[in-house]
Amino acid sequence: MILHELIDFEILRVIWWVLLGVLLTGFALTDGFDMGVGALLPFVARTDVERRQAINTVGPVWEGNQVWFILGGGAIFAAWPPLYAISFSGFYLAMFLVLAALILRPVAFKYRSKRDGKRWRETWDWALFIGGAVPALLFGVAVGNVLLGVPFHLTDTLMPRYDGSALGKLFGLLRPVALLAGVVSLSMLLMHGAAWLGLKADGPVADRARRFGIVAGLVAASGYALAGLWLLVGVDGFALVGEVAKDGPSNPLYNEVTRGGTWLVAYDERPWIAIAPLMGFAGIAMAIRGLRAGREVSTLLWSKLGITGIVSSVGLTMFPFILPSTVDPDSSLTVWDASSSHLTLFVMLVATVIFLPLILAYTAWVYRVLWGKVTQDDVSDNAETLY
Amino acid sequence: MELDVVELSRLQFAMTAMFHFLFVPLTLGLSLIVAIMETVYVMTNRPIWRQMAKFWGMLFGINFVLGVATGITMEFQFGMNWSYYSHYVGDVFGAPLAMEGLMAFFLEATFVGLFFFGWDKLSKVQHMVVAWLVALGSNFSALWILIANGWMANPVGAEFNPDTMRMEMTSFFDVLFNEVAQSKFVHTVSAGYVTASVFVLGVSALYLLQRRHENLARRSIAVAASFGLASALSVVVLGDESGYSASQTQKMKLAAIEAMWQTEPAPAPFTLVGFPDQEARETHYAIHIPWAMGLIGTRSLDTVIPGINELVADNAQKIERGIIAYDALMTIRAERDAAPAEVRATFEQHSDDLGYAFLLMRYVDDPREATPEQIAQAAEDTVPGVAPLFWAFRIMVGLGFSFIAVMLYFFYRASFKGMNFPRWSLYGAVAIIPAPWIAAELGWFVAEYGRQPWTVDGVLPTALSVSHLSVTDLLITLTGFVIFYTVLFVIEVSLMVKYIRKGPTQDVEETRKWQERHEHRLRTHDGKGPFAPGAASTPAE
Repeated sequence: MILHELIDFEILRVIWWVLLGVLLTGFALTDGFDMGVGALLPFVARTDVERRQAINTVGPVWEGNQVWFILGGGAIFAAWPPLYAISFSGFYLAMFLVLAALILRPVAFKYRSKRDGKRWRETWDWALFIGGAVPALLFGVAVGNVLLGVPFHLTDTLMPRYDGSALGKLFGLLRPVALLAGVVSLSMLLMHGAAWLGLKADGPVADRARRFGIVAGLVAASGYALAGLWLLVGVDGFALVGEVAKDGPSNPLYNEVTRGGTWLVAYDERPWIAIAPLMGFAGIAMAIRGLRAGREVSTLLWSKLGITGIVSSVGLTMFPFILPSTVDPDSSLTVWDASSSHLTLFVMLVATVIFLPLILAYTAWVYRVLWGKVTQDDVSDNAETLY
Repeated sequence: MELDVVELSRLQFAMTAMFHFLFVPLTLGLSLIVAIMETVYVMTNRPIWRQMAKFWGMLFGINFVLGVATGITMEFQFGMNWSYYSHYVGDVFGAPLAMEGLMAFFLEATFVGLFFFGWDKLSKVQHMVVAWLVALGSNFSALWILIANGWMANPVGAEFNPDTMRMEMTSFFDVLFNEVAQSKFVHTVSAGYVTASVFVLGVSALYLLQRRHENLARRSIAVAASFGLASALSVVVLGDESGYSASQTQKMKLAAIEAMWQTEPAPAPFTLVGFPDQEARETHYAIHIPWAMGLIGTRSLDTVIPGINELVADNAQKIERGIIAYDALMTIRAERDAAPAEVRATFEQHSDDLGYAFLLMRYVDDPREATPEQIAQAAEDTVPGVAPLFWAFRIMVGLGFSFIAVMLYFFYRASFKGMNFPRWSLYGAVAIIPAPWIAAELGWFVAEYGRQPWTVDGVLPTALSVSHLSVTDLLITLTGFVIFYTVLFVIEVSLMVKYIRKGPTQDVEETRKWQERHEHRLRTHDGKGPFAPGAASTPAE
């Protein structure tokens, strides 16, 4: 089959780098708000009816939203196998915690209303809190670690090796910059969850959510600004040395990498990428204003814009790096040396071009069917069928 | 068993996969049964069918969520615990997994929410379509994961690339239309349909024994028995298809399942029962059925099926050729573009057996330095544990045939005996509820344990596939999974029991309206309308 040679390997790699960003952003925009709702749950909703109101705003959609995450994982596996292999095994225990939280969440949604007891329901409420807050925080921590570089190297047969003991590796992730990234990601999704509750709930739940959302938005914006400054003064960047074969074989060891300088040189080389952080700040600022003024649809859209800006700024700043190594910079993964083969990228692109529009279309239809607020009366009237 | 990272990783994968597969078969089958029930509702307008769809749909939901949740573990685990595997075959194996997300998971997950929340928001037909889309999504997901799994057993459409040190896809169509994957797919979804049918049958039988919800129970039995009969036949037929394709592609697995130590003259006999002895290389007290094995395995009278001893000898030669490939590979990797053409040619010639050289890495760091004893030992390692496979397979097949008998019996009583079921048969139906799960788990055991010592047959040994982790890492997560999964399992079963006890809830208003319409129709048609009086005219309880 030579059809795949219609698109250059180099271009396919860039397309898949963009698609990786699209999937992660899609995840943050959709699953992000229901994780935000979960993390806000114990604070914005106090009685059982209030909690059910909050939960049922995301009840019918969280399941589909979560698939952005699953597909993100699958796409990393299919398009960037070394990234999948190294990050998932390198962050082993952290991944396990994320996994446990993500398993807890579906179960909590589904089982919470299946029994009446107060203790039963409160336990699941905390499970929803953990299922929302822990992944939101840890994904940020992971991104922070990717910016800092990770202590792995590849053997000459490309076996990933990761330095450190089991717990040492886990706690080694909790570096200050990474924690700050975690705070940004958590607060950003809390704001997003609040914007969603403002749109889909009413009464005290929506009011409290907006108040929390404003605070979360402020934390996210200042944390993001602080992280930018920190990148300027306290974090080493990485750079490829010499000419790189952009359509060469996917072997990271074929390229030479240096560590030093700053990531932010990217903004000198490609000034247009400044649009991403600007979108981030503008989106959050407008979302905060919207939360304050009680606007609903526009607030959610601004919040989405802000998150898109923040997520894409990380990728654009690091390009072409996707996972730098601190202990052996030459092992670092870049867009040019860590992808799948030409054919696989092409086949996957064809599948994506066919199915992603379909997915967006039917997801939009489902949201349209479910349009409208979930009120406390809805919950009381449909106690049997709702969560 | 020694507590090393390889064994612990295998244990964890086996445990989490088997746990995941407690929920998957019911999801596969029940989604379809619910969609069928809802279709009958749309066609007949009888509220009882809607009530059935809702009731079985709710049990489906309790089960579905754990299938989803434990499925996340499966996707993560390749990267977490099998990182060299992920690197080595991700180019091929990752694609169907991503396809699964694109084609299947989005479909099923987006519409499952609407299935539960959309009863009042959608028209009848719309809701029925949603139910079908959920069923379609679940079944698509099985298709893609079995394409991935089928490739592990029969790695077609890919070749090794010395530059990237991994397998790369050469033909997506070969991967897609892998014969092993296709027969596995139909076999596995049919097993799911049988599981759901046995479940619906058993729970309905319980209601009949308790003399409650009899209307719903009888209709459910009718659906389960007809759907279950077709599926049970399909499981066995496609299982046979799997056997046939195994004889072409997975010779060692087949020989081990049959405990066929020596190559027998064609057509080989089938060993019905016996006691395989791996040490002595013979099966004690074996009872043979002449010709049967040859007919099942090769569908001919003169094709020889190789026995274990012959395959071991073959594998020893493959290891020798693998060492030649490995040696050439090392030269190519050291000199890259400067590597002499004849070395590349040598590599091309022997690269199919490269994986066999990796088998030696259990004993020696550099396969080129292996002694003849080590080569013999590595060839010996290519024989999986025969007795467990032999027995697991026989129990699975026995259960498979018993499902046909059960479904046939209930189908007969439902169709020709006015839905009257003797009490002993109802007790039996309740008692066999766990059986399809046992059969399904044994089936996976045969498929995966039978492929050892490989993760990808002939390409990558299991021992080489693992991540660079410590025993501590593994012990922490393994303990975590055991505790966490046990708690979830107890909760799931207790909720299932609670909602089965509680039984279906009736939509009073709709039933009343339907009955009015029905009686009106009876009056206007002098009782000769499309709905004759009798069992059907009793309103839903």
